[in-house]
Amino acid sequence: MSRPTAGPRHLLSVADLGRDGIREILRLGDSFAEVNTRAIPKVPALRGRTVASLFFEDSTRTRLSFETAAKRLSADTVTFSAGGSSLSKGESLRDTSQTVAALGVDCVVVRHRSAGVASQLSRWLDCSVINAGDGRHEHPTQALLDCYTIRSRLGDVEGRRVAVVGDIAHSRVARSLVAALQALDAEVTLVAPATLLPPAVDSWKVAVSSRLDDVLPRADVVYLLRLQRERQDAALLPSLREFHERFGLSAERVARLADHAIVMHPGPMNRGVEIGAEVPEMHCATITEQVANGVAIRMAVLFRLLGSGAAAEAAASAPSGTRRTAQPADSVPADPAPGARRD
Amino acid sequence: MTERAALVVAGGTVIDATGERVADVIVEADGHVAAVGEGLAEGSGLGRRTLDARGCIVAPGLVDLHTHLRQPGGEQAETVESGSRAAALGGFCAVVAMPNTVPAIDSAAMVREVQELGRAALCRVEVAGAITVARAGERLAPMAEMAALGVRIFTDDGNGVQDDGVMRRALEYASDLDVRLAQHCEVDSLADGGQMHEGEWSSRLGIPGIPAEAEEIMVMRDVALSRLTGVPVHFQHLSTAGSVAILDAARRSGVAVSAEVAPHHFTLTDECCASYDATFKVNPPLRPEPDVAAVRAALAGGVLDAIATDHAPHTADAKDRPFEQAPPGMLGLETALALALTELDMPVADVLALLSWQPARIAGLGDTHGGPVAAGRPANLLVFDPEAVWTVDDSGGASRSRNTPYAGRRLRGRVRHTLVAGEPVVIDGEAQR
Repeated sequence: MSRPTAGPRHLLSVADLGRDGIREILRLGDSFAEVNTRAIPKVPALRGRTVASLFFEDSTRTRLSFETAAKRLSADTVTFSAGGSSLSKGESLRDTSQTVAALGVDCVVVRHRSAGVASQLSRWLDCSVINAGDGRHEHPTQALLDCYTIRSRLGDVEGRRVAVVGDIAHSRVARSLVAALQALDAEVTLVAPATLLPPAVDSWKVAVSSRLDDVLPRADVVYLLRLQRERQDAALLPSLREFHERFGLSAERVARLADHAIVMHPGPMNRGVEIGAEVPEMHCATITEQVANGVAIRMAVLFRLLGSGAAAEAAASAPSGTRRTAQPADSVPADPAPGARRD
Repeated sequence: MTERAALVVAGGTVIDATGERVADVIVEADGHVAAVGEGLAEGSGLGRRTLDARGCIVAPGLVDLHTHLRQPGGEQAETVESGSRAAALGGFCAVVAMPNTVPAIDSAAMVREVQELGRAALCRVEVAGAITVARAGERLAPMAEMAALGVRIFTDDGNGVQDDGVMRRALEYASDLDVRLAQHCEVDSLADGGQMHEGEWSSRLGIPGIPAEAEEIMVMRDVALSRLTGVPVHFQHLSTAGSVAILDAARRSGVAVSAEVAPHHFTLTDECCASYDATFKVNPPLRPEPDVAAVRAALAGGVLDAIATDHAPHTADAKDRPFEQAPPGMLGLETALALALTELDMPVADVLALLSWQPARIAGLGDTHGGPVAAGRPANLLVFDPEAVWTVDDSGGASRSRNTPYAGRRLRGRVRHTLVAGEPVVIDGEAQR
């Protein structure tokens, strides 16, 4: 399979992108968000390309978001999920992933419970690899869609004060989000009990607080992380109730936020634990916007990795009539897919 | 078995615990050293094979206190035969085989089985027994029965003995058996499922960490138990600055403790894990630079007794798992000597003390191994070129596995010949069987 030699091949962590890469994806996200408002939200940018979802860990929302994004770019999609697969027959990660890649896919979107699996796959496979969450390590597309959401609501990410609250130690979302926010020059404060902070937190070079009430009045964004119920069994917390008392964003606490401040959550939520039961429906909450933005951002990520010279080649050789040429990799269009195909 | 014949190791510089001198070494067909002296090679008689040692150091063969030969149960990764071949190529004349096989070596029958396999090995294979049944840390294994078969080291390696009371009783029970108890120091509740050193890198990589204190607390406890019982404890693969400081203080206060360190703990740091390549996963885990520096200083300062490889073969399939699920361990037998010579700024004799005569004593092998190179002693000898520079390849050498973390690394010091009880098992860097 021919493959462009230039340009990024994988998205394994936010650090792969750097500030310019993040900004480029956010700009592309605007174009694809526009596509998603059309009557037929579909463009032929990745026609002939195949995107495989390789989900070794359950995740309905992320998998559906990626698959929706791929389909709106006219890519073909195949899905592998761990249940009922050859994994239960003892096949190794390497064998399974190489088998899927051998189907002729251009990109693998991988989710795994262990850190570093996306990196491992990028060494083993010839196709592009997108990390859709690896253990406690990273979930870069979540961070990108979150930055996009902040930008949509507040105009810019730079200089914004973002409080990231809850179980940071075990969170891949937090690792990616903090990296992206730092790259975009936001001001990050981690808010958690010491048991839920990562080790060597000083090396993260962010502010840390255990007093949510002190942080709230200055915050532009309050980002709540899911608290897994197992944490109280591992002596990390006395109880979910005590966690909610100290770190849960109740409606009373929302009242102490600045008027423009927003409340974010990557889902799935534990209402009544990290977030007050009625908060998700309040105007400040962006939870459903995050989900919607996720599709546009994942379209941008897929387009950036796959919609390069090779895609143009494939599109150019497509039957006439439906032919739409994707743009070369180095000239990202304001509208990446003018004149969407009507079908 | 190859035919044993008299031979002469000619033209080398002999270094052992007694000093250094230029000398030829004549080895009789019965496997003993017949004579050591200058000019013996000429006219030493017909029928004697000559092993060229010009430009080389002739030393007592190395002794590894910590080798995983994986047999029984892990034959896809290593066997006694393949592991002993790697040992001989690395200059080791004796290795202590760890008991964390499947099943564990925790009974006289298991000891006999591995001893039997060891008879065909290229070097001497000393079998270590488990301290507790199935290495589960609960009931004492029959240490007296195993000691009667010649077992001199007991350890639950792979696990530390968690229960303070069990460890105390094990030390007391073993006190009259002329054996040594060796501890893998790791408090499970602190290690808590960790897969690499807990610190800046684990935090960044999202890999659950094992704090240095998980090791150090058990070192402290065992110093206290050794004091309580008056029975020596040997610490396996110490890896942190805190551990060597505790060891040093214990020594100074007169507690009978000894300790080994693995080559990877003075040559690699936890940053190696950034690639998520499980080749760099090992237990105890690779530590940050300050710990590496402390371990080096402790080696140079005589605080540590031995360098032990913790040679731990694993199949490529096992190491291709996600980092968090891959088994810990790395190859070590064929690179240990060269790493010590290359990386430690120490006189050759001091390096050999750490790899040969000091571990020989700890293993209870002082009568046959670790020198001195002298008439009447068994000819367990190593001939190496201290200046030869070579590049480690990724083949894993003679091991059945290839999980070396040093592929591509240039090292100084190469084994030329190894004689085990007079048999030249390695000649010019080639295993003879």
